[in-house]
Parts: sequence; structure tokens; C-alpha cells
Amino acid sequence: MAAVPTVASPWVPRGMALLLAVMATLPLWVASIGLYQYLGVEIAIWMIYGLGFNLLLGYSGLPSFGHGAFFGVGAYAFGLFQAWAFESLLLGMALAAVAAFVAGAVVGCFLSHRRGIYFALMTIAFGQVFWFVAIKWHTVTGGEDGLLNIPRPALELGAASVPLNSNVALFYFVLFVLAVVAVALWRLVHSPFGKVLQAIRQNEERARFVGYNVWLFKWAVFALSAAIAGLAGSLFSMAQQSAYPDVMSLHASGVIVMMTLIGGGFVSFWGPVIGVAVYFLARDVLGAVTETWLLWFGLVFVLAVLFRPEGIAGAWQEYVGSVPSAGRRNRGTEAPASHIER
Amino acid sequence: MALFEARGVHKRFGHQVVLENIDLSFESGRLSGIMGPNGAGKTTCFNVLTGRYKPDRGRVLFDGEDITGLSPNAIACRGIARSFQTISLFDEYSALENVLIALPEVRERGFNMIEPLSGDGADADRAAAVLARVGLAGRERRRAGDLAYGERRALEIGVALAAAPRLLFLDEPTSGLGVEATARLSEMVRELKHDYSIVVIEHDMQFLFGLADAISVIHWGQVIARGTPDELRENKWVQRSNLGRP
Ligand SMILES: Nc1ncnc2c1ncn2[C@@H]1O[C@H](COP(=O)(O)OP(=O)(O)OP(=O)(O)O)[C@@H](O)[C@H]1O
Ligand SMILES: [Mg+2]
Repeated sequence: MAAVPTVASPWVPRGMALLLAVMATLPLWVASIGLYQYLGVEIAIWMIYGLGFNLLLGYSGLPSFGHGAFFGVGAYAFGLFQAWAFESLLLGMALAAVAAFVAGAVVGCFLSHRRGIYFALMTIAFGQVFWFVAIKWHTVTGGEDGLLNIPRPALELGAASVPLNSNVALFYFVLFVLAVVAVALWRLVHSPFGKVLQAIRQNEERARFVGYNVWLFKWAVFALSAAIAGLAGSLFSMAQQSAYPDVMSLHASGVIVMMTLIGGGFVSFWGPVIGVAVYFLARDVLGAVTETWLLWFGLVFVLAVLFRPEGIAGAWQEYVGSVPSAGRRNRGTEAPASHIER
Repeated sequence: MALFEARGVHKRFGHQVVLENIDLSFESGRLSGIMGPNGAGKTTCFNVLTGRYKPDRGRVLFDGEDITGLSPNAIACRGIARSFQTISLFDEYSALENVLIALPEVRERGFNMIEPLSGDGADADRAAAVLARVGLAGRERRRAGDLAYGERRALEIGVALAAAPRLLFLDEPTSGLGVEATARLSEMVRELKHDYSIVVIEHDMQFLFGLADAISVIHWGQVIARGTPDELRENKWVQRSNLGRP
């Protein structure tokens, strides 16, 4: 028996069960608060994207400003598979994840020996390359218009075939994928791999001197995070029934960074989930009031970065008093507060 | 044959020659000391020996194998661990996690993405034992960043010890410690001597003279003297220098 009990992380923590349960009821009430079913689909997709992105930003301390590229690669890969091969939901998604993984693995080769600002600049450069290719390579990507009429293939479960044409059906499917991704990533961040990533974020040099091949870990997490972005991208192309270069733009890549930071990706597993929900609600609720909602949202983002890099999750932890006082001491993006696994 | 050898090691930064034709050898089961004034090149020497810098010339041999120019992680995996003069920990992690992450057993599972860090608990026991060894029993759950300075110094050694190294390099382990804490640390290192081959950098002569089996003195990037503490006490340069005077 362990002399020092170490916290066993349950497969499905209470917060996650609660989140999924609440989201599962969303189709029942979303219309009654003046919103619409498709919003749920979008939110769930971006939550998947955000959770995968935070593996890089929050856990590994690697700021990628070009992650939209992999989201886009997934979207295009899914669309092209349906058009060129045959209609298949799961194969299309698998291919999207693999394509994004490969793209991430290649880009990762050029990035993994860098950190901080150089890492960030390189991700921007690569993001732009992907975006440019998507616009210019007409014959494959359809140029600025993108791929149109991407189908929503039915979910084949042995004998049964579940159509995903309605937004509600698609929402439940995406929610299921979100649940799988969230459980898997929750395991991952508490595993040796996840803990090494966090060690590298805290002190790359020491990680190297205790024997970790830092390059390989950065490379692996980059490719993995790209694969998750690709998976989310494939769902997005289904949701939109199209794939277009816009999701790969610098702006779109910036949005996922913003969501993750506002939510509190530096201090909490749930940061990106919160950030995504807040972003989309702001878009639709504030957006109904003023066309300049993004300006206000951006302003909140600036204030958050200046005064609360721990984001909403950090503020919440502080409010419930669960953050040990020392956790609050180190402000700034270089020194995220203590217990990221919350 | 010596466990570890450096032969003719040169290291330059720009035009500044920091290490010049350094020959060192460290025996298994011994405590070897490296002594020298500020800026002599002691830390740079460790950095070259543990893979942080490649030497411009010369060879580094560990257990007969040429490890010159290998990466720090490759050298660490061969059983060489080091501590840092400037404390270098995983500040957000608890003391226990700092040691856990440095265990070879955990390192072997480094790409396991499913099981929890501490596995079946045996690794947590190992880590706790290491902490006890460096006098940090009861501090397992403290964030490394929140420990007192002396405790951080101890954890710095603990993280290196976690590797169960075949050779342990300690870079000024008493740096910044008061008289009492230095005495305690000296006791701890004396204990470690029974189980480990150790190389210690110190510019405090008293500390080394009390502990080391053999000492090399580095000055201006060269080894200017070597021998047992008794031999060095007779050495004119050592007598003239201010090393070790408070
Ligand atoms: N990365 C580097 N780039 C340039 N110069 C360096 C570098 N590292 C060390 N030096 C220089 O090499 C010389 C030796 O430094 P080193 O840190 O090895 O000395 P030291 O013997 O450990 O001194 P101290 O007792 O103060 O720790 C110094 O002049 C230092 O400025
Ligand atoms: Mg030094």
C-alpha cells in the first residue's frame, strides 16, 4: 500500500458527468430561451477542439496560433473522403483525425525544438501556409468557396442506421464524441505522459536532465492535439455541410486561443469548455444586441489577459476558496497557477 | 578504471576560453570534490560533463563508454544525475510529484497516456522514501514553490537522487544556506556517500575537506591542483587563496 495516498482520478469526474448531463438536456430547452438547436452542435464541436488545444496551451505551455490549420485539414479530409471515396461517418472521421495528425506531426518536426515567442511565430507561419494552400489549390479544396454539399452520413450501428440529418441527432452524436474525448483527455492529463508535459511547461531544462526527451514529448503532444482539432473539424464540416478556408485563418485560430484563455485553460481542465460556452453565448446574446459584440468580447479578453490570466475557472477556484493562496501568487502566462487538473 | 573520465576537455564561449584542457577522473564509490573561486569554470565543467554543452575538444567517458556530446536526457538515462547551483524544480508540483517524475520507473512509462502517474502506488512509496532521505518527510504534499529555501535545496538533491544514479553530480549544494543548514546538509551528503558515487562542486573548503576522498581545484578554466584533502592542505596555491574563509 502506498504510504502516501495519491489522488486517484476517477474515470468520469463529477464535474464532467454534470456537464454532459446538462448538455444532454439542451435540445429540450434551448429553443425556449430564444436560441436554436444548431448552437448546441457548434458549442460541443468547439469544446472538443478546445480540450485538445488546451493540451498544448495550458498543459504543455506551447502557444499555437495556427491551430485552425488542423481543424481545417480535418474538415477538408472528411469532405474529400465523402466525395472521392464513399459516404461513411466513422471512416471519414478517422481519416480526418489521421490527416490532421500527420499534418501536425510534420509541422511539429519544425516546431518542437522551439519555445515561447519563436514557437508562437512558427505556428502562425505554418497556419498561414495551410490557409493559403486551401485558398489556392482550387482543384482539391474548391478555393475560397470551399467544399460544398458535404453529407451528414448516417451512423451505422450493425443492423441499425441512425440518420444524423437533423441538428438534434447530430448534436447527440457530437456530444457522445465530446464525452469520449473528455474522458480520454482526463485520463491523459493525469497519466505519466500528461504529467511530463506539465513538467516540461514548468521547467523544460530540468525535465531534460531527469531524462526526458523533451523534443519527442512536444512533438507527440503537438500531433495529438492536431488530431483532436482534425476530429472536431470533421464534425464541423458535417455541421456546416461544407468546408472552407475561413476556419484556417489567423482570426479563427486566434478565437480558440481566446476561448481557452478566457475560460481558464491555464488553471483548469475545464477552462476551454467554459470559454467555448461563454464565447458562443456572448456571440448570440450580445450579438443580438450589438453588432460590435466582438469588440466588447475582445476587450474582456484584454482585461482577462492583463489581470486574470487564470480566466473564469481561476476566478471560480478563488471564489470557492479551493486555490491555495500561493497558487495565486504567480501571475502571468509564464507561471500558471497550481492545480491545473481541477 | 575510473567510473567517469574527462580527457582534454576544452570549452569556449565566443572568444572567452572557459575550460582549457581539463582532465578529470572520478572513482566509483567515492566522493570527489571540485573546488575553485567564482567564475573559475566549475559549473561550465558540469554542464559539459552532463550534456548541456558539447565540448569544443576532448572526450567524456562514462563506464568506458564515450558519451561526449550526447544530449542531457541520453546522459541522464545512462545513470548520471545532477543538481543545479540555481535551484531548478517543478515549482507547481508537490515535492512528491517532483521526485515521482524523476523516477526511472516513471520515465519508462513516460508515454503511457492512460494510467495515473503513481501507478500501483509503489512508485509513490519510492518517491516518499527519497524525500525522507533528504529530510523532507511530511512535506510530500507541499508545492515545491512554497517550500522554504533550505527545503528547496534538499528537494533539488532529492530530484537528482530519484534517478538512483550511478553517478551523482551536485553543484554547490550549500549555496545560500546558513551555517546550521550547511552542517545538516553536510551530514546528509555524508550519509549519501555510503550508497552513491558523488561529485560535488563547492567553493567552501571546509565542507569539501571534511567529506571528499579526492579534490580537483579549478582556476581560470584549468585544473591547477588535485589530491586528497591532506595533500591539498599542503598546496601553496590553496594556502594562499581565500577559498573557504568565511
Ligand atoms: N552560456 C555561457 N555563455 C557565455 N559565457 C558563459 C556561459 N556560461 C558560463 N560563462 C562564463 O564562463 C565563466 C565560468 O562560469 P561558471 O559558471 O562555470 O563558473 P563557476 O566556477 O561555476 O563560478 P561560481 O562559483 O560563481 O558558480 C564565467 O566567466 C561565465 O561568465
Ligand atoms: Mg557555478
